[in-house]
Amino acid sequence: MSSHVNIGKMHATHIKKDRTQIAITVITYLLVTVFCLMCILPFWMIIASSFSTEDAIRRSGFTLWPGAENFTTYSYELLFRSPDQMIGAYVVTICLAAAGTLTGLFLVAMTGYALQRRDFPFRNGIMFYIYFTSLFSAGLVPFYLLMVQTLNLRDSYFAILFPLLMSPWLIVLMKNFIKAIPHEITESGKIDGAGDFRIFYQLILPNLKPALATIGLFLALSYWNEWYYSSLFLTSKVEYRPLQYHLYNVINKVASLKNSVAGSNVVITDLPGETLKMATAVVATGPIILLYPFVQKYFVAGLTVGSVKG
Amino acid sequence: MDLDRTAAKRIRAPRQPSLGRTVLQHRTLLLMCTPAILFFFIFAYMPMPGAYIAFTNFQYNMGIYRSPWVGIKNFQFLFTSGQLGLLLKNTVLYNLAFIVLGNVVQLTFAILLNEVRNKGYKKTAQSIMFLPYFISDVLVSLLVYNLLNFDYGFISHLVRSTGGEMAKVYQNAGAWPFIIVLVNLWKSTGYGTVVYFAAITGMDSSMMEAAQIDGANAWQRIRYITLPTLKPTVIILFLFAIGGILKGNFGLFYNLVGNNSMLFKTTDIIETYVYRSMMNSFNFSQSSAVGLFQSVVGFFIVLGANAFVKHLDPDYALF
Repeated sequence: MSSHVNIGKMHATHIKKDRTQIAITVITYLLVTVFCLMCILPFWMIIASSFSTEDAIRRSGFTLWPGAENFTTYSYELLFRSPDQMIGAYVVTICLAAAGTLTGLFLVAMTGYALQRRDFPFRNGIMFYIYFTSLFSAGLVPFYLLMVQTLNLRDSYFAILFPLLMSPWLIVLMKNFIKAIPHEITESGKIDGAGDFRIFYQLILPNLKPALATIGLFLALSYWNEWYYSSLFLTSKVEYRPLQYHLYNVINKVASLKNSVAGSNVVITDLPGETLKMATAVVATGPIILLYPFVQKYFVAGLTVGSVKG
Repeated sequence: MDLDRTAAKRIRAPRQPSLGRTVLQHRTLLLMCTPAILFFFIFAYMPMPGAYIAFTNFQYNMGIYRSPWVGIKNFQFLFTSGQLGLLLKNTVLYNLAFIVLGNVVQLTFAILLNEVRNKGYKKTAQSIMFLPYFISDVLVSLLVYNLLNFDYGFISHLVRSTGGEMAKVYQNAGAWPFIIVLVNLWKSTGYGTVVYFAAITGMDSSMMEAAQIDGANAWQRIRYITLPTLKPTVIILFLFAIGGILKGNFGLFYNLVGNNSMLFKTTDIIETYVYRSMMNSFNFSQSSAVGLFQSVVGFFIVLGANAFVKHLDPDYALF
């Protein structure tokens, strides 16, 4: 009898439609879809504008669909007519990103491993020494003077390469990843007589691929998006600027906009300023957007591990 | 017997190894940390004595330590001129808006996404929402310019075509708190949603199943299970965010506002002031005074927030 009632009850709950469930589902699809559109459409607008005539923009502003009659590749033609600046910016950015990511990744992994070893008596002290720098800093001015006066790094690409190499957060993140590797691997290496560095290099590193991918991508992204240190340390004397700083100048300085498409010997009377900015933005950001679908899962993994602590 | 005991004693009570010996024993691991130790020494610790500039009338060609000492004059000026008060107000209010609105929106999206059954949609939505996080602030400023530029902006045209009057946004300081908060929400929602979503999926599912069998509807499950389970995570993330309340997002503010002094009243935060007074007006002393004030006060706020977290749950405390 009682079992009969129970079954009846369960049956009823399955039949009775959960109205809140339906309401929540509808709201979710609505809200999330609208927000997703808000995330994509601005990018689309930049792309659409970059293929539009300057006239169309002056007439009816930036639109999502400039219309087939206004389609032109003129801004790209201008951009690639004298592509020195753009190619230079690409080369500088790619070199910085490659060198910085590889070096930073190796150093962060090596430090993270040593600080994760339970039999290393200095690990807490060193970790605190590193972590303290994210709690207290001297501020921008002393850092700037150190870079410019003491280390003499003004107009040097090293001024961009160095500061982004590692951060306390990345080291903590790496430590969290390494925690998941069984300590027995280190122990077995020791028994076989391997030194600490060899254990790290031959036994730990091959097991760290997801961590290396995640942290490598964080590093690569910070180099690719870098404009801050460039704005501090690279003056006009530097011939080629990193991509995002180049974009920054094209957007904010009329002179840079002109220089970006024409050497001193070419005169363009009516510069399509707005569409040129958009085309520069597309060329400077394109690779990130194209790569994004393939790499975003590593970032998600990184956030999930990183948010546990630190 | 006796002999055995003394031998055992000798073995059991090894002398405390000296520091030198410990260093020698772990030299490889120490060497592996050396690049990082050097890195933080050069780029984080070496500049610290330079905070001395804040107490001098800094002359670039004389260097830090030969510039004349002026005591706390720089700080006095910043306090009495009201400059520091304005910067503090802007920085703190923006951060409060970012923290409160940001967390509410992120939490809402994470909970809502969790209710979606369609896995493909869930994944796609997460990736798309995460996209703005990957974009440099330089590009973000261009996106905003595309929308709000008085002559060509998308929104400006929309307003005009519906017969409205568009304000000159780039000359109107009052509009910027809304714009900056919205842009920040746009940029950070995906990131925070992923963090909260991970916390939700990590939850014990047996409670959910039990509630479902007992006939709890979706809203009740959210209200009485998901939210209470997330409460500790939310509180801890909130406290850490409060710890950073004096730290501003320089890239966002500087790219959106730049050197447009018409907007400074409502948009100038500590970071942008420090940057401009150094790079544009070469006022190194005042710039560094503001920076030092931020560092010191910020440090104590972090300590306080951390103490609070430690009190709630020692596992999550930073140190």
